[in-house]
Amino acid sequence: MRTVIDWLEHRTGIESAVKNFLYEDIPASAGWHQIIGSMAVFFFVIQVFTGALLAFNYAPTPGEAYNSVKYIMTEVTGGPLIRGLHHWGASMMLIIVALHMIQVFIYGAYKKPREATWMVGVTLLLITLAFGLTGYLLPWDNRAYFGTVVTTHIMSGAPIAGPYLLRLLGAQGDSVGNVTFSRFYALHTVLLPPLTIILIGIHIYLVRKHGVAPAPGDNAPKRKFFPEQVFKDTVGVAIAFIILFLMAVLAKVPLERLADPTDTAYIPRPEWYFLFLFQMLKFFKGPLETFGSVVLPGIAVLGLFLVPFIDRGPMIRLGKRTFAITFVILAAIAWTGLTTAAVITTPKNQESAEDTSPQPPAAGAQPAAWQSLKPQELAGLGHFKKEGCTGCHMGPGENGIGPDLTKIPANHRTISWLVPHFKNPSKIVPGSAMPPIDLPTADLNALSLFVLKLTPQNEAALLTAPDFVTQGATVYQANHCDSCHQIDGTGSTLAPALDGVGLRHDRAWLEKHFADPAGVTKGSIMPAYKFSAVDLDAICKYLLQLPKGA
Amino acid sequence: MDQQNPAQHAAVDVSPTRRAFYTGFINGVMGLIGLALAAPAAIYLFFPPKVRKEAEWVDTADLSTIPPGTPTEIAFNRKRVDGWKVTTEKATAWVVKQPNNDVVAFSPICTHLGCAYHWDDPSHTFICPCHTSVFSMDGKVLSGPAPRPLDRYMTKIDAGKLEIGPVEPQA
Repeated sequence: MRTVIDWLEHRTGIESAVKNFLYEDIPASAGWHQIIGSMAVFFFVIQVFTGALLAFNYAPTPGEAYNSVKYIMTEVTGGPLIRGLHHWGASMMLIIVALHMIQVFIYGAYKKPREATWMVGVTLLLITLAFGLTGYLLPWDNRAYFGTVVTTHIMSGAPIAGPYLLRLLGAQGDSVGNVTFSRFYALHTVLLPPLTIILIGIHIYLVRKHGVAPAPGDNAPKRKFFPEQVFKDTVGVAIAFIILFLMAVLAKVPLERLADPTDTAYIPRPEWYFLFLFQMLKFFKGPLETFGSVVLPGIAVLGLFLVPFIDRGPMIRLGKRTFAITFVILAAIAWTGLTTAAVITTPKNQESAEDTSPQPPAAGAQPAAWQSLKPQELAGLGHFKKEGCTGCHMGPGENGIGPDLTKIPANHRTISWLVPHFKNPSKIVPGSAMPPIDLPTADLNALSLFVLKLTPQNEAALLTAPDFVTQGATVYQANHCDSCHQIDGTGSTLAPALDGVGLRHDRAWLEKHFADPAGVTKGSIMPAYKFSAVDLDAICKYLLQLPKGA
Repeated sequence: MDQQNPAQHAAVDVSPTRRAFYTGFINGVMGLIGLALAAPAAIYLFFPPKVRKEAEWVDTADLSTIPPGTPTEIAFNRKRVDGWKVTTEKATAWVVKQPNNDVVAFSPICTHLGCAYHWDDPSHTFICPCHTSVFSMDGKVLSGPAPRPLDRYMTKIDAGKLEIGPVEPQA
């Protein structure tokens, strides 16, 4: 072993380089408060490591990103743990970088001659935020999509630079698509990591050049970096790593539904560390909005860069830095307040966000678009949404990956063409990237019927039909209600037609009737139905909304 | 750094026992962290993903269309789970029908390094163009570097149709 090291040392000088690095003199006053920088470097290494592993199983295109992330989360052995480490590691890295900066700020360690070290550090903080921003898009689920849409909109508001920034990020119009996605991916994995490595190198070089900042009046003999300070760094790293590992094992990393630009029920929110900016924007309305979203943060960043030039006095003892400490405390209170306000004012995202009970349709009111569809077609719309069809067939005016479904060629406008195509897209259309739809044939029939109903005029309105309608129609179909009842002329006349049933009965009556039909309506031969609470809610709301027949 | 006096140049060092403790701690903890990262990474990279789909049987050709005694290449479509995607791909098999209507379907891949071999009628053998492995009509290795006979698909015959399943496991 010794001979190998000696050989390497003779040829490369590696041993003396490492020793030179480890046996640096540090001030006697150095200690626990200076371990955070090492922790930040450690977390960067973890992010690079887990990020590379994720990239081994990840497809960086909007068409496949979501499916590959789902694959990592459900099929790859150890996939959720690796993604957990990367996801929570990102949040922890940001916290650590921020704590490092706060420590340096409170101690005034940015003062002459360490101004450049500070400014490189601020750049590294911004890069960490950029990592978070670009990485947020990559799972291509709803939160990713809408989070990025909002971000690009904010950037477009930047004075002068706005349109150029927007073009640089490949955003066109109001949506985020292939080009933006690729650019975010390239930034996240190709450009930012080496840039970070270079800047960390410069940062550490500058720390070495000027030495670790001593406390004012520290004239005690210097100590060595190794082993005592390295020991302290290691304790910090170990504690943070244990927290990270526990989070990766215990806390679920969110993967929501596939990005769906037409999901009007979705409530987009940025990642937690941007929530304060999000909340602050609520205070700036109209022409002031750009001021709040771009100008003010811009001034804050500039101020951060210029801190060493604003506060130019000599280093003083920590106890006397009341202004800096007060400033940090106030900033922390403001940040916490804004973030808390954003959290408590955010309604929970639900599968069906429409919880307001619908009113029976008023006579003469404009019928909703979905009311023109029969139950089976509505059930098809339900499948259309659940299977994530809108991810590629994006609807009116949007250029999705899939073709515009309102313009299906005439020879494909039959169930006998569509159903085999759903079952095995690439067999019917060679080269099709569409995934097979794994549903029973009856459901595929319903899906076909719905797709055939789409026209450029009704598409937008149909896609925004409330979830209770499609869910209710699905329950109606699944229980074969049409074997006895009729809606809009379809079904059997054995039992009363259900058109306009909301004008005759209320919700309580319907629920009682489902539970005990003969008890509510004398002589009824309808069997009792025991639905789950969700299904009962959906079918009642759906039936109560049915328009009166023509 | 610039205003220290020369007497302080000699930095103080820790006692040997403390030094040993620190060094041991640093190496131990860093080793454990390394292990906690390397083990999940190894599992992630080397353990196969969960299987999503059981083996599938595909209808291929009508048995009557396959001439007896001559290997015939038939093509069919089958589903393949390809990472996060299920794709339909074209596959082929070399089918040999015996006079008694027994059927053998060979996987069209040479057992040496995976090239596609073909039937050479004049010599009555399967020949691989890559490293000249030669197989007999019943799949045995006649010459060349191939390490084992040709792989066979599982087959069934249902109503005069040949159905092809997954490749038979090695004996």
